[in-house]
Amino acid sequence: MIQFIQASKRYPGGHDALQNVSFEMDTGEMAFLTGHSGAGKSTLLKLISLIERTTRGQVIINGENTSKVRKGRIPYFRRNIGIIFQDHQLLFDRTVYDNVALPLIISGQPPREIARRTRAALDKVGLLNKEKSFPITLSGGEQQRVGIARAVVNKPSLLLADEPTGNLDPELSWEIMQVFEQFRQVGVTVLVASHDIDMIERLGHRTLSLKDGRLVQDTVE
Amino acid sequence: MSPDQNHIFEEVASRDKPGLVTNLKTYLLRHAQVFFYSLGQLWRTPFSMLMTAAVIGIALALPTGLNLLLTNAQQLSGGWDGAAKVSLFLKQKVSDEKARSLANKIRKLTEVSEVEYISKEKGLAEFKERSGYDAAIKALDENPIPATLLVTPNLQFNDASQVEELAEKLRKYKEVEFVQLDSEWVQRLYAIMDIVSHGVVILGFMLSIGVLLVVGNTIRLAIQNRRDEIVIVKLIGGTDAFIRRPFLYTGFWYGFFGGLLALILVFFSLLLMSGPVENLAGLYESQFSLHKMDFGTILTILMLSIGLGLGGSWIAVGRHLRDIEPR
Repeated sequence: MIQFIQASKRYPGGHDALQNVSFEMDTGEMAFLTGHSGAGKSTLLKLISLIERTTRGQVIINGENTSKVRKGRIPYFRRNIGIIFQDHQLLFDRTVYDNVALPLIISGQPPREIARRTRAALDKVGLLNKEKSFPITLSGGEQQRVGIARAVVNKPSLLLADEPTGNLDPELSWEIMQVFEQFRQVGVTVLVASHDIDMIERLGHRTLSLKDGRLVQDTVE
Repeated sequence: MSPDQNHIFEEVASRDKPGLVTNLKTYLLRHAQVFFYSLGQLWRTPFSMLMTAAVIGIALALPTGLNLLLTNAQQLSGGWDGAAKVSLFLKQKVSDEKARSLANKIRKLTEVSEVEYISKEKGLAEFKERSGYDAAIKALDENPIPATLLVTPNLQFNDASQVEELAEKLRKYKEVEFVQLDSEWVQRLYAIMDIVSHGVVILGFMLSIGVLLVVGNTIRLAIQNRRDEIVIVKLIGGTDAFIRRPFLYTGFWYGFFGGLLALILVFFSLLLMSGPVENLAGLYESQFSLHKMDFGTILTILMLSIGLGLGGSWIAVGRHLRDIEPR
């Protein structure tokens, strides 16, 4: 599903965010991406979601070489990837329902389909009763779950999460991880950037460790 | 994991691919939704929306109103042009008899529909009556007023250049001292109106550019305000067309309301002016009344305004949407 081949990213100005990173993840696999801040976790996720492009090497997602994806095709490419952000990135002038429905509206689903899938996704994260609320009235954990619902509503085959539990207490973090775990069990590939070592160890999944832009550890199962 | 937790994924397998008709329907529905959504967005800030619409309205009302006045003036002068007459002042020594026979000769010309003979005596009487120089004229030895033939051209020959030709022809009669075209001032008026109409076109063009820039700037600000939203939509797979759409419709609405306002302004200006104009027309014993906007004009203004709104937002969207990318 994910294949990095000697991938490097150098930002304008000469900063090497990633250097010669190579690894592979299978469909339905779940892995954690760890490392201190600035180690390149976010950059790695950005290379997958085509927010950034590699300067050297290759990144192949779902059999598609990202360096060959034209600019105009990027939106369609991203529809197959669910992204979850640390700061949720919700639209605060729209209801929870409208936030979650947005990816379906974007991909042009029929209205009946939108209603059904949005409710299903909200149900999945346990927020069906909050569909008419505005994000600002929700707790941090609830907002993050809205973000997850939005990321999965389009049924992506790949789920990326950048520090999804960064601002949450351990109990909420654990709940969020359980949601990810459920998606993995139905065949979604899940890659989570996190520095919460305790929780990563408790979950016991594969861990990729970055240090100064290099992959220093990979605990392939 | 319980089965019901799984249903979001099970739906993937069960769902049929939507057909072409469904896709088209969804697409049109989406357009309609964005169409009214952008209207709703504007309606939330009625004051700033009205400000922009007012700028567009005034900018468009100006050339529209001027153009309408010009049309009216052209009609008015057209009415006068039809009554253009040629006055032939005969030489003093031409006798009454000769003048009458000349009148008969001219009457036979195809270009002429009517000739009125005003004898020296009749002319003098009229002059006395109208001018009040009674005493001054009495002091003169002889009648200073020449005999006059008032020639009305045939309707088919009352075009300005044809009347000019006729006057040239009449000038050749040896009895004629002097020919005066009543329509000369009409021709001058035409020339002036021609200049004014060119001015209106230039003014309209410049104000249209102004409208384009006003809408462009308003949309630019709207884009800046929704920067975060644009980034999020790009991150979850929104195409440029999808992001562009609400801004283009916003431009459409600005144009629409601006055009509507322009029409209302012109309408009330005409209403205000029609009273005095009819008064003036009454003084000239004319049936003239102000020509109102017809359906074609209304449609043209509205279309033009909407076009400018769309064009302005298109420029802004093209310029600024490209710069907003997720980081």
